[in-house]
Amino acid sequence: MSATKQRRFRRSMTTAVCAVGATALVSGCTGNTPEPVAAAASGGGQAATANDDPGETVRIGFSAPAADHGWMAGITEAARAEDERYEDVELVVAEGTNDVGAQISQVETFINDGVDAIVLLPFDGAAMTPVALKAMEAGIPVINVDREFSSPFAARATVLGDNYGMGVSAGTYVCSQLADKPDAIVAEIAGIDSLPLTQDRSKGFADALADCGLDVDNRVAAEFTVESGEEVAANLLQAAPQIDAIWNHDDDQGVGVLAAINNAGRSEFFMVGGAGSANAMRSIQADDSVLKATVIYPSTQAADGVRLARLIAQGKRLSDLVQVEIPRQIVLNAPVVTKDNVDQYLDSAFES
Amino acid sequence: MSQTTTTKAPGGATGGAATVRPDRGGGPGLLAGPLGRNLGLVVGFVLLCVAGVVSAGDRFADVDNVVTILRAAAVTGVVSVGMTFVIIGGGIDLSVGAIVALSSVWATTLATQALAEDVHWVLMVGTALLVGAVCGLVNGVVIAYGKLVAFIATLAMLAAARGLAEIIANRRTQIVQDTSFISFFGGDVLGVPTLVILFALVAVAGWVLLNRTTFGRRTFAVGGNAEAARLAGIRVQRHTVMLYVLSGVTCGIAAVMLMARTTTGSSTHGTLLELDAIAAVVIGGTLLIGGRGTIVGTVIGVLIFTTLSNVFTLNDLSSSAQAVAKGVIIVVAVLLQQRVAAGTSRQRGLRGGGTPASTGTSIPGSPSGAPTPGAAAGPTA
Repeated sequence: MSATKQRRFRRSMTTAVCAVGATALVSGCTGNTPEPVAAAASGGGQAATANDDPGETVRIGFSAPAADHGWMAGITEAARAEDERYEDVELVVAEGTNDVGAQISQVETFINDGVDAIVLLPFDGAAMTPVALKAMEAGIPVINVDREFSSPFAARATVLGDNYGMGVSAGTYVCSQLADKPDAIVAEIAGIDSLPLTQDRSKGFADALADCGLDVDNRVAAEFTVESGEEVAANLLQAAPQIDAIWNHDDDQGVGVLAAINNAGRSEFFMVGGAGSANAMRSIQADDSVLKATVIYPSTQAADGVRLARLIAQGKRLSDLVQVEIPRQIVLNAPVVTKDNVDQYLDSAFES
Repeated sequence: MSQTTTTKAPGGATGGAATVRPDRGGGPGLLAGPLGRNLGLVVGFVLLCVAGVVSAGDRFADVDNVVTILRAAAVTGVVSVGMTFVIIGGGIDLSVGAIVALSSVWATTLATQALAEDVHWVLMVGTALLVGAVCGLVNGVVIAYGKLVAFIATLAMLAAARGLAEIIANRRTQIVQDTSFISFFGGDVLGVPTLVILFALVAVAGWVLLNRTTFGRRTFAVGGNAEAARLAGIRVQRHTVMLYVLSGVTCGIAAVMLMARTTTGSSTHGTLLELDAIAAVVIGGTLLIGGRGTIVGTVIGVLIFTTLSNVFTLNDLSSSAQAVAKGVIIVVAVLLQQRVAAGTSRQRGLRGGGTPASTGTSIPGSPSGAPTPGAAAGPTA
């Protein structure tokens, strides 16, 4: 392929990144003017606090699974952005891997290196617990992200997305839209069915729907990929000739789901997404498809983990809390993004 | 309204099978052979359809639903046709899923799309086919001239091609911007989706190539006994390379079809496609050690799996139960075929002898009902 094309590609990427950065800067500047709520919600654009002043330099080890889909790529990207943001943070990023053995040896390397803190998004929480315990015993605080360890002693602090809450948010939104249709047909397109997170999401969704007398009439499971999303959605649309609402767990596979919906020429229902990709949010903003809302599963949680690690290593505290110590567990909210509030979340969304 | 759909229904269902039937009917002389071999498969497929009609009624036996099944079968089907050639030729291609991913990503990079915008979307199709062919060429050369075991060589390609796809795509999902590309491949001709037509074309072309050309006969000969084929004057190495290139090209076609279906190119496309393709080929009666197999069987094999997942979804059953059923079907189908095959060979007389091994070779998977692959190699030379 011609080098010029490649360069043009890169240039447009740089422009895009600059544009995003500029937006973040602008919202950062306006952060102290009369809209503190909006500013606080928009990811990187918060107002500075005393905690942001450079302290002693800390080395933080970071390990996460392979970035094989948009959300996971967003996780590592956001963590690296924190490294850029703080001059007193030196982030050591291990190569992302889906091999538990390899991830264990990465953490062991961090322990031998004597890093000041470890931020760990385990491929499998239970399998990574022993090595995390070892790190804690060696006096290195471990910040557990997204997938919880099986022992409470294995992490100094834990940052979690709320999978059950995602289901609840999606279900509540569906209820609010279908309040006057007690026999509405609701379909669900789940992610990989064997994962606990998928089961949590589905349970939350079913619980929230039950509150308003609805239930899931058709349920299929895809594999978080575009291709699988298209495939199961095509079958689902055949299974249910009339649908009122669809919740799709993941915006990555959602691209395929939307392709199947367009192909079948169906539009009698509305769809709610999940995870919150920038793609999905732009589509919600433009209001050009059946996708009317998405539920966020923050891709910035590892970035929050890095910030917590920095505070813990420097002996600081969360400035807005009375507590002297950093909390042991932080569960992030799973808000519903609609056309009305999409501007608030678009900046911190991940590109799928 | 519902009545019209039900009356249409049997027509639609047989329409699905009809895409298959001309292939088999193509050679009346063959009928005794392939019919016997595929009988178990056809019975299984019909049973599955009956199960679908009983459990989901109108919704299953609906023209739209048949089209949905065929569309779903198209991508796996095209790859499986290529895979059939490779397996008959005594090899295996584990890298098909990864090649599909790489082709789809390469054909949808901003650079390719910008170029395609200036020229024509055919450029994207060409890119996908070229990438597939080159990957197949690398596979073939490494296997035939590098003397690597096919399993290892294509395993390496599986890892490398998907890795390269991730690097090129930067792990992003690349949206296809060209609307005329989408509307061409996503459209239909007289109600038959373009994707299904493509699948039918590939299947027919595959059948002709396998059963009506020297290339096909050589494929059987190489897979049946490479040494005998070499002695008979076939350039085995060159032929092996061509088989993998063929498989690569079908991957390129599948990539284009996936791009049209999902409107994206992505490094996650074709995940585990190799297993679906191999499963379809094997339940289709193709011998995994090579030398015997049919395109018709493969096509029915693919249809069985896509119909299965369709029936399960129509009945709102879990994907885990579906996976179990898939496993059971693979075993039952292969067992059933062995029974039927053993039965027909016994009816035919004692030519094949009694042991399972010799029963295997006596079954005319080779073209024109030739008694053994070895004998098939003879006349070819």
